[in-house]
Amino acid sequence: MAAISRDDVAHLAKLARIEMTPAELDHMATELEQILGAVKRVQEVATSDIAPTSHPLSMSNVFRDDVVKPSLTNEESLSGAPAKAEDRFKVPQILGEE
Amino acid sequence: MTNIHSTASEMASALTTKEISSVELTKQHLDRIASVDGKIHAFLHIDSDGALAQADAIDKKRASGEKLSPLAGVPIAVKDILAQKGIPTTAGSKILEGWRPPYDSTVVAKLKAAGVIILGKTNMDEFAMGSSTENSAYGTTQNPWDLTRTPGGSSGGSAAAVAAFEAPLAIGTDTGGSIRQPAALTGIVGVKPTYGGVSRYGVIAYSSSLDQVGPFARTVLDTALLHEAIAGHDERDSTSINAPVPQVVAAAKRLDVKGMKIGVIKELSGSGFQAGVSARIAESLELLVAAGAEIVEVSCPNFEYALAAYYLIAPSEASSNLARFDSMRYGLRVGDDGSKGAEEVMSATREAGFGKEVKRRIILGTYALSSGYYDAYYGSAQKVRTLVKQDFDNAFAKADVLVSPVTPTTAFKIGEKSNDPVAMYLSDIATIPVNMAGIGGMSLPVGLADEDGLPVGLQIMAPVMQDDRFYRVGGTLEAALLSKWGKPILSNAPDLAVK
Repeated sequence: MAAISRDDVAHLAKLARIEMTPAELDHMATELEQILGAVKRVQEVATSDIAPTSHPLSMSNVFRDDVVKPSLTNEESLSGAPAKAEDRFKVPQILGEE
Repeated sequence: MTNIHSTASEMASALTTKEISSVELTKQHLDRIASVDGKIHAFLHIDSDGALAQADAIDKKRASGEKLSPLAGVPIAVKDILAQKGIPTTAGSKILEGWRPPYDSTVVAKLKAAGVIILGKTNMDEFAMGSSTENSAYGTTQNPWDLTRTPGGSSGGSAAAVAAFEAPLAIGTDTGGSIRQPAALTGIVGVKPTYGGVSRYGVIAYSSSLDQVGPFARTVLDTALLHEAIAGHDERDSTSINAPVPQVVAAAKRLDVKGMKIGVIKELSGSGFQAGVSARIAESLELLVAAGAEIVEVSCPNFEYALAAYYLIAPSEASSNLARFDSMRYGLRVGDDGSKGAEEVMSATREAGFGKEVKRRIILGTYALSSGYYDAYYGSAQKVRTLVKQDFDNAFAKADVLVSPVTPTTAFKIGEKSNDPVAMYLSDIATIPVNMAGIGGMSLPVGLADEDGLPVGLQIMAPVMQDDRFYRVGGTLEAALLSKWGKPILSNAPDLAVK
């Protein structure tokens, strides 16, 4: 298994949307390497003849009747919003600089 | 005389006979919190006004002769990962500081409907990621047995509150041991019900294929009463099992294990466990044999891979679940000065709002799920999960319940493992397989280790939806231990209020 570099962690941090300082990236690379070293032993027994288990219950989709039930009001839904305007969530620009 | 040292069942009877009112009982607990929580730091938020108002309403209903639930008027502490309408809910994270949910989680709604008095919200490792509460963004909880030690985690605040007589009951969540491990380390009873046994609607998700809500109390019967109050099908949780709740209260009262087969898991005993822990477990087995149970040895050879699989599965699911903390609809938002785009604001917010362990697990999960590594890590971990389930199936073919220590050691010192993630992860080695298979398990206090005088927990596990079995074994063993000791285990803990 290739060593985890600072650039690898920087890429992961970008995917996970966490801004990290160079010092944090270095530290995380060392820790990730250490943790992966400990957890990669799952590969010792995970042979191709074993079916994966993703969930403890064998369940299929659960459906309900499509009827309107009481739900949060607009005001309640917006009660925790960091910013709001005109009864809507106000978010920073999402379509790049203009 | 009913007081904070009474059991929840005793409190419930005293309320019924009107020996004490719920307002008086609630005040006693709020006073206790005021006098000891400065040392323990079990609570992140105390809702005195809400609790007293709720208690007063219950007293009035009782006075008018209304039929009430068994635990009506008894106080409880709730882990700060369950949404409670209008009450700060942080999951131990800065990213949710100040957030007040606009709705109740199903468990909180059930508690309110049952008339259980919610005293406040308890401390925890951030987003339930940890085994000591040291990962809380709001400071560490201290173990009532020894303030230099952790109460375990992640539900450490709930466990400490019950052990310190700040509440007779508490709610926790358990993803890899987060109810059973702190219960063991503080000398109380904690249960992780069968996966799907208790609704998770309104519970902040960490690892959705593993998370489960469950009860804490000081006795097996109290734990069963709370279990029964919160369990059952919920149409708002698609992973909720639509079947009758196991008869846990009846099982807790049964006090008989004649003919039951108790399976001792070979791989969870011996050299990896502190001598004082192993000694108390061995004594418990002798008591169960004396009560008519039969001990059989079972082997679960794949358990040694469960910890590694867990630390791939849980972070992978967490990396997805925690994507919802994006600073757009609720919670913290950092750096939104009008010049930055949504992605930049999101990244700055998550950098500022998440603690070290949470970032570590999100990055690890992102790695384990990324293309090129998916099969080698997440895929392999899911196969280990199949093997762990098979081990349990084979073991339960030979035994009605399985037992092991809950933890390799008694409570560890604050700071002892906080800089070594892998060492910290090892404290969950005996509890993780239960979550992987979706079965239920109990932690029962079975005495104090000779070398340090700290509590030891016995883990009792049962197959899916057979939770009544560990209540039956736990109740029987608890009675045998109590008659041996002559007093409850917590009477050995320091009286915090006197110091």
